[in-house]
Amino acid sequence: MSDTPARTESQRPEGFTQDSLGWEPWLAPVAEVDLTEEQRAALIGQFRLKSPYFRLLVRNPDALEARTLTDQDIFYNVTTGLPRAEREIAASAASRVNGCVYCASVHTARATKESGRRDDVQKLLDEGVEADLGQPWSAIAQASAALTETPSQFDAEHIEALSQAGLDDADIVDVINGAAFFNWANRLMLSLGEPTQHQRREG
Amino acid sequence: MADIIDTLAQIEPGSALDQIRRTRQQARDNAQRSFEVLFEPADPGTFPLAERYAIAAYTVSLQASESPAAAFYTELLEDEISPELAAAVAELAARDRRPGPYGEYKETGLAAESEPGPTVSYTPKHRPAVIDERLAAALEHAHLLSLHPRDAEPGHLRRLEAAGWSADDIVTLSQLISFLSFQIRVVDGLIALKRAKS
Repeated sequence: MSDTPARTESQRPEGFTQDSLGWEPWLAPVAEVDLTEEQRAALIGQFRLKSPYFRLLVRNPDALEARTLTDQDIFYNVTTGLPRAEREIAASAASRVNGCVYCASVHTARATKESGRRDDVQKLLDEGVEADLGQPWSAIAQASAALTETPSQFDAEHIEALSQAGLDDADIVDVINGAAFFNWANRLMLSLGEPTQHQRREG
Repeated sequence: MADIIDTLAQIEPGSALDQIRRTRQQARDNAQRSFEVLFEPADPGTFPLAERYAIAAYTVSLQASESPAAAFYTELLEDEISPELAAAVAELAARDRRPGPYGEYKETGLAAESEPGPTVSYTPKHRPAVIDERLAAALEHAHLLSLHPRDAEPGHLRRLEAAGWSADDIVTLSQLISFLSFQIRVVDGLIALKRAKS
């Protein structure tokens, strides 16, 4: 059946890693040559055009475009609020709790790139969200993890810990948005395909 | 329409949180646009609004039953589609709600962190009669994505296909459940922040 990609034997990674991973879809992406103008526009940029994940999501172009524009503002608008690395820690903690090895690999690598703190980032992967990452990272990781629980366990204690770690209300909203966004992204990546050790760069 | 996250978190125009949200205007606008694309599409195609609202009410009741969002999506289903369907979905969500995320890791090195848990199966015997086979398959998928997404396997998508879901509609279904997982956490987070500051 054309919507079902042929599957090879799983080449999943062994665990959480900062290495670059591939991602194999379980449902057929739109082939690059078959993309409509509307779909091309909704992919916003060359790297998504090459990604099987985004060419799968582009089956609903409006939903993908709104998702991507939300993502970009939450993580890359640094006119105010938290620095980039701290936002990537929120993304990584949510991914760690949900168990999205692919998302965790991308966003821990970005946290390392932004901060230069590879070992602390690795601790989050190896030991989980309770690891001592220093502040404000520990407070951010634990608040993000609490918001990721179902139902949310994020409460006044987490907000107090974030304030103690030096975050103001706008910074805390960045943590909320960053962790919440990965509860969107993790579910898509976990349920529409799987990570592979096959190295392939994608978002 | 009014911004749905502001409405659910009761953020007043001009308040401190309103001003903070507006420093991420593109995110604010596109969270709203996501809601409109998924729940008020110009053309719902082969994925009717009745199914969208039923899956939303079920998803939010599973993940955030105490949130104002649960009442909002349940009322949307009641008012726009059918009180009978709303009652059926609420019954299933109340029965099959449990803390998450749980699930088993397929990565060999993470086996020790696996937390096995239930997968629901809404066979005709295990669901109210108002829920048909196609909607039952979508609700099973919503349970998986809401509470134990790391249990997902290719077979879950094949189950949807067998119940009549096209690839395009599976993508929209996945976006709908996953977007709600974001929206309710933003609402929960903002409510907690408001409370802590008052």
